[in-house]
Amino acid sequence: MLRQIEGSRAMAETIALCRPEVICAYPITPQTHIVEALSEIVRAGRLSPCEFINVESEFAALSVAIGASAAGARAYTATSSQGLLFMAEAVYNAGGLGLPIVMTLGNRAIGAPINIWNDHSDAMSMRDAGWIQLFAKDNQEASDLHVQAFRLAEALSCPVMVCVDGFILTHAVERVDLLSQEAVDGFLPRYEPVQTLDPLAPVTIGAMVGPEAFAEVRWLAHDKQLRALAMVPEISAAFAAAFGRDAGGLLRPYRCEDAETVVVAMGSVNGTIEDVVDEMRASGVAIGSVDLCTFRPFPAEAIRAALGGKKRVVVVEKNLALGMGGVLASDVRMALRGENLGVHTVIAGLGGRAITRAALGRVFAAAHAGALEELHMLDLDWTLVTREIARASQSRRSGPAALNLLRDAGPSMRRIA
Amino acid sequence: MISPATKPFAITLDEGSSRANHTGSWRTRRPEMTARLSPCDDACPAGEDVQGWLALAEEGEYRAAWERLVQHNPLPAVMGRACYHPCENACNRRHIDQAVSIHAVERFLGDLALREKWSAPAPLSPTGKRVLVVGAGPSGLAAAYHLALRGHAVTIREALPRAGGMMRYGIPTYRLPRDVVDAEIGRILDVGVTLECNSPVEDIVGAIEGGGFSACFAAVGAHLANRVQIPTSDAARIVDALDLLRDVEGGDPPRIGRRVAVVGGGNTALDAARTAKRLGADEATIIYRRTRAHMPAHALEVQEAVEEGIQMRWLRATARFDPGKLVVERMEVDTQGHVHGTGDFETVEADTLVLAIGQNVDLSIFEGIAGVHVTDRVIEVDSRMMTGHAGLFAGGDMVPSERTIAVAVGHGEKAARNVDAYLRGETWAPPPRPEIAAFEHINPWYYSEAERTVQPALDLARRQRTFAEVQGGLTADNALFEARRCLSCGNCFECDNCYGVCPDNAVIKLGPGKGFRIDLDFCKGCGLCEAECPCGAIRMVPEAL
Amino acid sequence: MSQRVKYYQTGTLTVGNRLLDDASRTVQASIDRSNALTSGHRACQGCGEALGARWVLDAAMRATGGQLIAVNATGCLEVFTTPYPESAWQLPWIHSLFANAPAVATGVAAAMRAKGKAVRVVAQGGDGGTTDIGFGCLSGMFERNDDVLYVCYDNEAYMNTGVQRSSATPPGARTATTPAVGPSPGNEFGQGKSVPLIAMAHGIPYVATASVADLHDLEAKVIRAMSMHGARYIHVHVPCPLGWGTASDATLRVARLAVACGLFPLFEAENGVLTGSTVIRNRQPVEAYLRSQQRFAHLFSGPSADPERVAKLQAIADRNVARFHLLQPEEHS
Repeated sequence: MLRQIEGSRAMAETIALCRPEVICAYPITPQTHIVEALSEIVRAGRLSPCEFINVESEFAALSVAIGASAAGARAYTATSSQGLLFMAEAVYNAGGLGLPIVMTLGNRAIGAPINIWNDHSDAMSMRDAGWIQLFAKDNQEASDLHVQAFRLAEALSCPVMVCVDGFILTHAVERVDLLSQEAVDGFLPRYEPVQTLDPLAPVTIGAMVGPEAFAEVRWLAHDKQLRALAMVPEISAAFAAAFGRDAGGLLRPYRCEDAETVVVAMGSVNGTIEDVVDEMRASGVAIGSVDLCTFRPFPAEAIRAALGGKKRVVVVEKNLALGMGGVLASDVRMALRGENLGVHTVIAGLGGRAITRAALGRVFAAAHAGALEELHMLDLDWTLVTREIARASQSRRSGPAALNLLRDAGPSMRRIA
Repeated sequence: MISPATKPFAITLDEGSSRANHTGSWRTRRPEMTARLSPCDDACPAGEDVQGWLALAEEGEYRAAWERLVQHNPLPAVMGRACYHPCENACNRRHIDQAVSIHAVERFLGDLALREKWSAPAPLSPTGKRVLVVGAGPSGLAAAYHLALRGHAVTIREALPRAGGMMRYGIPTYRLPRDVVDAEIGRILDVGVTLECNSPVEDIVGAIEGGGFSACFAAVGAHLANRVQIPTSDAARIVDALDLLRDVEGGDPPRIGRRVAVVGGGNTALDAARTAKRLGADEATIIYRRTRAHMPAHALEVQEAVEEGIQMRWLRATARFDPGKLVVERMEVDTQGHVHGTGDFETVEADTLVLAIGQNVDLSIFEGIAGVHVTDRVIEVDSRMMTGHAGLFAGGDMVPSERTIAVAVGHGEKAARNVDAYLRGETWAPPPRPEIAAFEHINPWYYSEAERTVQPALDLARRQRTFAEVQGGLTADNALFEARRCLSCGNCFECDNCYGVCPDNAVIKLGPGKGFRIDLDFCKGCGLCEAECPCGAIRMVPEAL
Repeated sequence: MSQRVKYYQTGTLTVGNRLLDDASRTVQASIDRSNALTSGHRACQGCGEALGARWVLDAAMRATGGQLIAVNATGCLEVFTTPYPESAWQLPWIHSLFANAPAVATGVAAAMRAKGKAVRVVAQGGDGGTTDIGFGCLSGMFERNDDVLYVCYDNEAYMNTGVQRSSATPPGARTATTPAVGPSPGNEFGQGKSVPLIAMAHGIPYVATASVADLHDLEAKVIRAMSMHGARYIHVHVPCPLGWGTASDATLRVARLAVACGLFPLFEAENGVLTGSTVIRNRQPVEAYLRSQQRFAHLFSGPSADPERVAKLQAIADRNVARFHLLQPEEHS
């Protein structure tokens, strides 16, 4: 059913259709509208049986989900940024125990400095925890991915994180085609746990594993993730067959067939990127893009297949690994080892800074012309940072860097060119 | 349901799989279920398994309790009245509140047996051997009982008109009713013992050979009153306490006047004084050379005597007795505890002077028997209760011993076992005694406070006028209560503590009545079972490393 | 057939009791007890926590007919019972993290409710996991009145990691991070942190303290707790021979002294109001308790021996006695 609806609301309605039995939530911008909508749905009796639990922290939220899932219930929670870090121990725990929890991550920057706007640093911080990480391009996909996520999680016994860009998707009102309950029931089988807490067949879950077996356990978890590489496309294909639209999958190439330069990115920025690709194609530039939908497990083979034989790759990512550079770009580089092409890292959108078509156009053109540096910070105010670096090197005590930057930037915030 | 194939490796474990880890390998010491000797058992001269029969009594299994009791002591109704209960002095319960009133429960069982007419155990088949017992006091009767149980043909020859010894002719009826004595003696005779009264033995060796006896147990007691010379005149009435008591028993009490003085500090002196009161004396006074602390009489006897108005004059020695007047010298104790006369004299009014200053054995019948030796006016016996004359055993007051009824009965059983062995050409070795369960082995926290039951006592008025029994018995309810105060020292009573307090679930409960076993696969040797066993029935021993 | 237990009757304090019928005896006396924590675990000899945990869970299993799931925090109890490949548990059991046992238990209870199952939930953790790192989750569970019985086994320090101080460590006690050196050896004398009282302040349906010193009392409290629904809390005192410096066979004796001197009061509360306390049978001075353990030895000998600190501990005990009515009425001065 077509609805003009806020992204968060659409997700909440879809999640409710997946019949979670336990929902636990702690509020954090920008995820709040999702859990608020779910609480309304549960209170109104539209989702039953379901226990909606208001917890006292994100750590408690995921812990409640762990208990519920281990006891055989379909469990869901949502968080962002600082909240994800606060539940970090539990994120690794759920991954290690193999519990099929689905969590929405409303991508938001991690502080300090505190920042409530969108980037991918939160998802990146948990990329090794054993969760499957999926990125939505728009609100339609944001909703659809949740349905696939429950099926994927339960088939594999692995938790799944659905990443949706904070504010850009969560708070945007778009047209979304919402599924019906029958449709979802037909797609999503009843949850049958691989292991559960049951007095009829008692087991001990969560043993201490020493050096003699720990490596094997970790390899098995890694192997499980690698099995998702086959399962994700299967489920995406089944979804397309059932509902007539594409959603999910490992990656989606756009106009790559004869491209020389290919842009790779995750999440909502792919919409802007495809607009720029269209513009540049109209001027005759052989450029295409790849929307990487599944970040973990990293679909190295699919990347190789999509980018093999191309001249250059521009990875646009909303995350800066301090002291290192680009994370997605590094994974792409590793997937392409042995291939004779250049990979550029473009760090954009940190802390919610707007990514404009103009800026992207300039950067892609430079890359296509072979004039782009290996690591490029999109729209960074170099004057400001140069001055700050000079000031810090002159005197030892020069005050907090962030404060100085804001002072230099003047009363008006940075104008968008 | 989880199938083994899908359970995540190592993260998820099967329940109880820790039982593959035998933590018993950690031990440096391990618990042993043991049985220690309860102090009451150890203290009982009659060799009773006190803890054992108390345990049965606690359950209300009175007959079984009584049968356990009479395995050793055939005279429980008597003993419960007349014994001074060394068991109670040893009872560990006294460290918690008061000792268990063992004698009262024994008396209850004895009286119940008489009421219910329970019979003694059945004897073994006849051995064809004949044994002579000289003296039908408690020692001789006990020996006869045990010998008869073992299948021997026993004949008792008793000098006095009736059997009982001091039970009849020494202890007054207000302490030991005669129907009780008669009934218990009768039960011993019913086992198959022949009794000949009014039949003194003067020639023991001749009696043995002439009667076709293969062995003899002599227990003639100490019935001769010790005499001391007191300056007196012919008309003064001086009587031996033993004679007084015997005459009262015979139904022919002597005239004693209104005021009686009794010289002596033992139980017999008190018996005489209290008897005198009952015979109608207005006053009965104990004249004792030393102090109350030195009196050999039992504290309970003294207390009852005082209650009945018996007067006590300590530190007084008799000097002279004329009709109506007893002159005594005041004594004093010096720094070394010796008693000396002060030279001060006083007069006590007394119509009769009763002497209770000791009892001696009639040794005349043992003169000239080869191998029989006398020391300190008693007959020597070896560890088998045998004199130096082969086949002639002796026991009771006539051998070196503490002169109590319990000791006498104990001698009887011990002698019987040795006679029995002797008759078969063997020796009897008593079994080794286990370690005693001392109070340090008890964990007193587990026993609730419960004060000892007090037996009902006859009111004073009737005590002074009649020979009715002074101490009443326990009812079934309070006998049960009293028996249940027993701590069961050294003997497991299945309280489940060891089973409950083992942190490693390494004590196996075998089932009601079957006790417990240590699971040595898992026992780490922590010792909690030993520490928390209330009665000291578990001992930690070093583990072989 | 009722067992021929030869036993002294009224007011018996041992595990078994001959005068009570089977159903009224302690759960531990029964040959059919669950042994929810069974043999082969790696607890130290004489571990009070291993004993307390079996007592609590067997009672809870009896009360629920075996319809029980346990959630365990990280700590001694978890580590010595579940080293791969051995588990000493004989009931459904999960260990997640150190700080989240209450929240995980909430999740399990929610799942049972959603599925319409009558299975009950017990969460358990040590003092470190309860009074310190797990405190936030515990409070959240209390506030929501989730249907969980949380049991804290209090051995008064982080024992599993090597006897470090927790907020439950008593004043003056030596631990690895409050060593008996310097001018003020041992743990600080602060105002303490009573989680039972904090639990009462949450107004939850049932709060109780218990000890391995008194099995009957402990079982009665667990069974009472399981007869109710909503958030419930039981705080169990469990001596640790290694951490406290006591012999392995002294565990129950030391626990009894703690109760008898008043430092560990036994009481119950419902909906925030004290409803009863277990009267001390035979009151002891705190000194008797303190002297029984090496961790207090510096209070009595050496350069830092200090009767004033002992007096302060006595004052704490005296306050407990008054506050929780631990003596018979006529014994109060």
